[in-house]
Amino acid sequence: MRERDFEQRYAEFWREFESGLDTAGKSGQTPDKGFPEAYRQLCNHLAMARQRDYSEALVAYLNRLVMAGHHLLYQPESRVGISRLAGALALFVTTLRRNRRFVICSALLFLLPALVMGVACYNDESITYSLIAPSQAAEMESMYDPANARIGPERDAETDLEMFGYYIQHNISIAFQSFAGGIFFGVGSVVVVLYNGLFLGAVGGHLTQAGFSETFYPFVIGHGAFELTAIVISGAAGMMLGYALISPGRLKRLEALRVAAAEAVKLMYGATFMLFIAAFLEAFWSSSTSLPVALKLSVGALLWIFVLWFCFFSSLGERREPE
Amino acid sequence: MPASKLIDNQVRVETPEGIDFVQAAAGPVPRILAYLIDFGWRCLVYMVIGILSAFIGGLGSGVFLILTFLLEWFYPVFFEVLRKGQTPGKKAMGLRVVNTDFTPIGWGASIVRNLLRAADFFPAFYATGMISMTLTGRFQRLGDLAAGSLVIYQEAERPLTVDPEIKPLMPPVALTREERQGIVDLTLRSGSISDSRQEELADLLTPVTGESGSAGLSRLKGIGVWLLGGKK
Repeated sequence: MRERDFEQRYAEFWREFESGLDTAGKSGQTPDKGFPEAYRQLCNHLAMARQRDYSEALVAYLNRLVMAGHHLLYQPESRVGISRLAGALALFVTTLRRNRRFVICSALLFLLPALVMGVACYNDESITYSLIAPSQAAEMESMYDPANARIGPERDAETDLEMFGYYIQHNISIAFQSFAGGIFFGVGSVVVVLYNGLFLGAVGGHLTQAGFSETFYPFVIGHGAFELTAIVISGAAGMMLGYALISPGRLKRLEALRVAAAEAVKLMYGATFMLFIAAFLEAFWSSSTSLPVALKLSVGALLWIFVLWFCFFSSLGERREPE
Repeated sequence: MPASKLIDNQVRVETPEGIDFVQAAAGPVPRILAYLIDFGWRCLVYMVIGILSAFIGGLGSGVFLILTFLLEWFYPVFFEVLRKGQTPGKKAMGLRVVNTDFTPIGWGASIVRNLLRAADFFPAFYATGMISMTLTGRFQRLGDLAAGSLVIYQEAERPLTVDPEIKPLMPPVALTREERQGIVDLTLRSGSISDSRQEELADLLTPVTGESGSAGLSRLKGIGVWLLGGKK
């Protein structure tokens, strides 16, 4: 069959297919029942047109139609709703438990340096200054001085929301960077987690030594439950990327990376969610001075228990993995 | 590998329907331009939010920080998933983000490729991403590699019409497959090539057409129309 005849015979069909694509694309609806069959026929036409050496313009036209049909047929679920968000949270928990060795590894990389640094800075002030500039240390001392009317970063009530925005931007960006750094064979994630551990240990040790523990610990315990866990988790997500590159198993390295990234991003859903909560607590709860220290400590302890229970012991993770 | 293969940017995918279909992967230059357009839009939004939030003090700057955070990380995700793989910049440049099997990109892959922007940006100005794009065959930056995504050209519609004035002409000799394709392509593309260049090309076939110059060209186009299936 010559090209013209081919074109004449099927032009009507192609036009119909195209208008069907347009209406489905505009209304955002799923295509009708006849669509998959029409699409397969179109694929057949493209294969014929290529095989019979029809003109490049016709092949390009059919290729374009096939592409549009392909996109309509294989579209992923892109709607957002409460049930989807809840599904993402459940995915997070199941993924977290499946990959607990990365989480444990990341937690150790965070906690051990924090402890060592904490003890060292408590005993020897000069070690603090190896990590934190003296001016910065002095600023922190003034922030947590029990003599202050208000602990934490000095501010009035009006700027609580401003600090909320700041914590979101600052903390979540760190978590995202720690995930992204994982692609450099895990080095980026390890560095971020390690540095944050050292920094926290240095601040904790220094302020305890300065005698500010009655303001510092009630301040950090509440949001720390969410924030520190989320940092550890995003570090673990980054390490999953790095591990896939270092030890891809039976897959090709790039393929292993792709599989690991699809898995690791589920951890990032949860970590981001936790960091939002942490920012909220840090801005509106931790900084409050009107609440008694005992209350803040006990609520903080409860939050820690809740976070650890939710992540590792709740029944959410035993459910079948949501689609 | 021949040089033409090395510089070829066509990506071929076999679909479940058993056909190969082809798209052109987009290189660094159109992608940088698309990024700059998006960057311009984002700056505009920041300016507007910045001015508005200045009027409401601490509350306003909190909202500003949250919105800039969301825009900085999730602006591309929003458009890629909900607007058919095209941010405004990519739309302007005729680009589109798809999975490596040419299916539309979903939330997971889009979030991966956009969170890994931080790695591609390292140490400055997307240096790592640029190296990765030039080293991989399909112009993928690190985020694309991890997400299994590609940036391709959205094909523009091309008219299929041929000048109806041309009279079909049976080729005087048997033509090979390549020759037939060459003549048909010349006939169909005649709108986008200058007349003198067309004549120059047609002159190469003087032994077949028996004429040169514009007469040779019109005979050649006649043969092209005949090959397309034009009837006398």
